[in-house]
Amino acid sequence: MAMTGTRSTGSLVILDPTDESTPDSRTALERPASLEGLRVGLLDISKPRGDVFLDRLAELLAERGVTVRRYAKPTFTKPMPPDLRREITTECDVVIEALAD
Amino acid sequence: MPTEERETVAWPADGLVAVVKQDCPTCRLVEPVLAALPGLTVFTQDDPDFPEGVADRRDDTELTASLALEVETVPTLVRFAGGVEVARVVGWSRAQWAELTGVPDLGEGLPEYRPGCGSRTQDPDVAEELLVRTRGGALHSRRLEIAALEDEAEALFDRGFTDGLPVVPPTPARVLRMLEGTSRKPDEVVAVIPPNLVEATVEKVAINAVLAGCRPEYLPVVLAAVEAACTDEFNAHGLLATTWGAGPAIVVNGPVRAEVGMNWAGNALGQGNRANSTIGRALQLVIRNVGGGRPQEVDRAALGHPGKVGFCFAEDEEGSPFEPLAQSRGVPPGRSAVTVFAAEGPRGIVDQISRTPESLARSLALGLRGVCHPKLVRGFDATLVVCPEHARVFAEAGWDRGRLAAALDEALLLDRAEITRGAGGIDEGVPAGDSDRPVAKFRPGGLMIVHAGGGAGMFSAVIGGWAGGPGGSAPVTREVDPWR
Repeated sequence: MAMTGTRSTGSLVILDPTDESTPDSRTALERPASLEGLRVGLLDISKPRGDVFLDRLAELLAERGVTVRRYAKPTFTKPMPPDLRREITTECDVVIEALAD
Repeated sequence: MPTEERETVAWPADGLVAVVKQDCPTCRLVEPVLAALPGLTVFTQDDPDFPEGVADRRDDTELTASLALEVETVPTLVRFAGGVEVARVVGWSRAQWAELTGVPDLGEGLPEYRPGCGSRTQDPDVAEELLVRTRGGALHSRRLEIAALEDEAEALFDRGFTDGLPVVPPTPARVLRMLEGTSRKPDEVVAVIPPNLVEATVEKVAINAVLAGCRPEYLPVVLAAVEAACTDEFNAHGLLATTWGAGPAIVVNGPVRAEVGMNWAGNALGQGNRANSTIGRALQLVIRNVGGGRPQEVDRAALGHPGKVGFCFAEDEEGSPFEPLAQSRGVPPGRSAVTVFAAEGPRGIVDQISRTPESLARSLALGLRGVCHPKLVRGFDATLVVCPEHARVFAEAGWDRGRLAAALDEALLLDRAEITRGAGGIDEGVPAGDSDRPVAKFRPGGLMIVHAGGGAGMFSAVIGGWAGGPGGSAPVTREVDPWR
């Protein structure tokens, strides 16, 4: 069957049960006072030299006893794939993102 | 298959069109016939290489042409003239095919007749997707994506769409099936939902009915309940925002009760019946999701009660000595209706001794005294659910609803000395007044009587309400049939 499914990419589409007055995405949490005991993610959005910046951050965090998980978007030109977002939200308490070249 | 097919598909304006699938033995039987027919266009639903020998053979694995032609059986043979269908045959019949094609000696060696097979468009495995393809354009709600790695139930909790229990994901296909429960258009406005005063369309109510676990045939009841709850008289906003714990409850009357399988017998106010549980829940989810009424936000209840997840039951009309509630509130006999009312959780009243209506009425009245506070009057409404074994006492004495209501009113004229502030060593109570005349417990019309329950147990129930009347909430009845 060549038909394109509603779950063709493995995701599920649902209809919004609300009045749609709030954005689909949610607002950021308060910035934590300390990274102690938190799971830290480093997100490379795949802009040039983002890895250099994040490598250095990882070193500095390691000196403070903080270990990190590393993530990368496939491309900086498009929004993050929902699965990567889900992966980060389940594995991290905070995430540091390298935005610029 | 409903047809609102928007995709364009072309076939000759004049000539023959056949729709087949290789999986169908009758289609394979007529393969040589198709190959021999001049000027024939064949659309193939499964195997694009089937049938052999046809010059104009087109891949219809997307089923676009099959849907446009409203094919239900294969093979289907259609004749077009001037762009208009003029004749159609389904299955194989030598005589019919000969007549339609004008070729007299078709299919030599084949049997005279063979029935066809179901079109791919009828297959359950594609039915859901075709439903969305053909009718999805009628849906206007924002589409949200739950990622493949997200657990569906968790994702719906995370987004705040639930009352704390799992919900059914409202996929477009489920919402479209839900909408089949009503003749109303998806974009019709049902009501303005408090507290945010948002217009709820039939579609939004259907989405929340899916969340709640409703079946499509419940939808008219849900729509009527939403309409009733969002009236000025019922005042869902005030009921939501009050620090008192009551919430909206629904009692259903009329033929729809049995049609959708509601419970008015044993455990009528309890769990275990899908229609009872999910209709009440759908109303609450509409208020939560569309209206924005959430606990600890605009819902300021100090305590609340478990029935705020959803509280709906049907009246036992067949076994009742009383006129059905809806009829007592002006709905013509034989019609279905909902009555919404402010409700706390139910509280049982035992009386296993009274065998006269006078004694039993006084006994039930004593149970009703506790509503709000035994020393407070005329503030709160209440509903009395009379169980069958108690109703039998009234039936045998020939008491109707009005007679019972009058007896309860009389028994609920309270002695001011007992309920004045300070009386009984309790500061709470009514202020001392000039008069020592008895005071009515409930405002006129503030006590509603319903009949429901199992056949055994002399246990009726009191359902306390909330501030009654224009300053609070009054029960509201609406017919279900206009929402079918």
